Amino acid sequence: MIKEKISGKAYILGDDIDTDQIIPAQYLTYNPANAEERKMFGKYALIGVPEGKQGLPGGRTPFVTDGAMQSEFKVVIGGKNFGCGSSREHAPLAIREAGVEIVIAEFYARIFFRNCVNGGYLIPYESKDRLSEIIKTGEEVEVDIKHNLLRNHTTGKVYELKPLGDILPIIEAGDVFKYAKKSGIIG
Amino acid sequence: MAMTITEKILAQHSGKSRVEPGENIWVDVDVLMTHDVCGPGTIGIFKEHFGKTAKVWDKQKVVIIPDHYIFTADEKAHRNVDILRDFVKEQSLPNYYDVGTEKYKGVCHIALAEEGHTRPGEILLGTDSHTCTAGAFGEFATGIGNTDAGFVLGTGKTWLKVPPTMRFVFEGKLPPYLMAKDLILTIIGEIGVDGATYRAMEFAGEGVHGLNIEERMTLCNMVIEAGGKNGIIEPDKVTLDFVKSRTDKPFEVVKNDPDAKYFYERVFDLKDLEPVVAKPHSPDNKASVREVAGTRLDRAYIGSCTGGKITDFIAAARILKGRQVKIDTFVVPATTEVACKLNEVKIDGKSLMDIFKEAGTVIGPATCGACLGGPIDTLGRLNKSEVCISTTNRNFPGRMGSKSSQVYLASPLTVAASAISGKITDPRDCV
Repeated sequence: MIKEKISGKAYILGDDIDTDQIIPAQYLTYNPANAEERKMFGKYALIGVPEGKQGLPGGRTPFVTDGAMQSEFKVVIGGKNFGCGSSREHAPLAIREAGVEIVIAEFYARIFFRNCVNGGYLIPYESKDRLSEIIKTGEEVEVDIKHNLLRNHTTGKVYELKPLGDILPIIEAGDVFKYAKKSGIIG
Repeated sequence: MAMTITEKILAQHSGKSRVEPGENIWVDVDVLMTHDVCGPGTIGIFKEHFGKTAKVWDKQKVVIIPDHYIFTADEKAHRNVDILRDFVKEQSLPNYYDVGTEKYKGVCHIALAEEGHTRPGEILLGTDSHTCTAGAFGEFATGIGNTDAGFVLGTGKTWLKVPPTMRFVFEGKLPPYLMAKDLILTIIGEIGVDGATYRAMEFAGEGVHGLNIEERMTLCNMVIEAGGKNGIIEPDKVTLDFVKSRTDKPFEVVKNDPDAKYFYERVFDLKDLEPVVAKPHSPDNKASVREVAGTRLDRAYIGSCTGGKITDFIAAARILKGRQVKIDTFVVPATTEVACKLNEVKIDGKSLMDIFKEAGTVIGPATCGACLGGPIDTLGRLNKSEVCISTTNRNFPGRMGSKSSQVYLASPLTVAASAISGKITDPRDCV
């Protein structure tokens, strides 16, 4: 069962946030299959975003504050082509380990999108509006998954999100393994 | 109904007589490749879901190639190779290319081809986005994450959405100052880093079929930089000669139906193109080399799956022969086979290795190296605000190390010409 609503502070990013910005290659020596090492991905999530672009518009709000293991932000909102670059599953995993369950972007790079869904890390919503230029980092938002809506509690405005479509059954199942079991593809 | 090569391969592997773009299908996988960065996580997921004593679906079809973080003092990097080694032993996997042994290869995408694991008509999946390189052999090849790979390890299957095909035709013959890298950077510059998202990119025309197999690999290698799902080139004699020289395994050549439908078609005439770079910080930030000529550089890098094949080094050596580099220049062969060829291949009686040594370059061992930064002690890594010109594939912020560094992507010819002058230089001004 997926949650009906997820709320918290928004964190805003620009276009073409690639996987090297989400989790730089030097941190990929941690093994996600090791519970202790897995937490380190949360600590370093989005550490590769250059100064000036961190949480836009001033660009100097780190996603995870120095020394913390998780982010105070709960909803990541990017622009176009979110998650482009490498196939590293460490990228959606890092954002999830930082305490985020939902990302919203205008559209995603293909492998990142698959990894979000098949690994059951993040719900990757697509927005109809260019939310990265509308919502500000730190604003309190609520994603209504049942109705595909984003409510900005700070401004009172509501935005439609694109329905999850083909991927909804996998998200509802939890991940691709649970989905494949449920639909009889694996025993 | 007519289908493209990509659609036909996917249909054949899903047990359907036809598929259409946008359709979600389950396919049987021919080869699954993983490496030291994504292997440990993949193995963890496989064991978590299929059990500690589970066996992989077909041990002949699993290929494991450590290549990313090999020549480093980082203990976790070594630990990750140990995890691969233990898994290979436990599963008795025959296709493993271990570090520190004669079997060690280096960069997985080039190693796959050299070792006969890339064959026309097949489906190859790998836990690396540049797995698309193998489309050069007329197969469907794409990158996947750890979860998908863990699923494939247990089942031999995955779900895919059939991509519409974009077709890029190059007419004419490749002039001596251009390389495949210029062609793909030209395309990415035109369509953008998201221009082929969820789509297949097919390369065709006299200009493409006139390329050797390695240059075709360079074209397909960078489709991911336009967001492409796979790159593909219809097999011809060049493809078959190469594949048959590397494997005895049977395969079936798949070609386009004559009236196959394309989502998009773009025709280039090679005589209209010129050497290009991708400026910092995106592979689609195209400029002609002439436009940015004179830009001061701190470093040059020749290596990676994109630009570390023997064809790339021959091109660089043609320019570096009898000259000295003005900036730190790194030569990192993709594989041990390429490294051997540096000693064997000669230009005017002099080996490429001697040419590079005499030019004052630093020559490293076969690995992914500084293409993706990696551990701090990686040879050639950009650890401060250096400006580098590189034959690699990505120049996003921090890709080769420091967030304050700047990377220009270019062909081996342009990188070599620039290494000699210390500033971005058109290879036509150097020969």
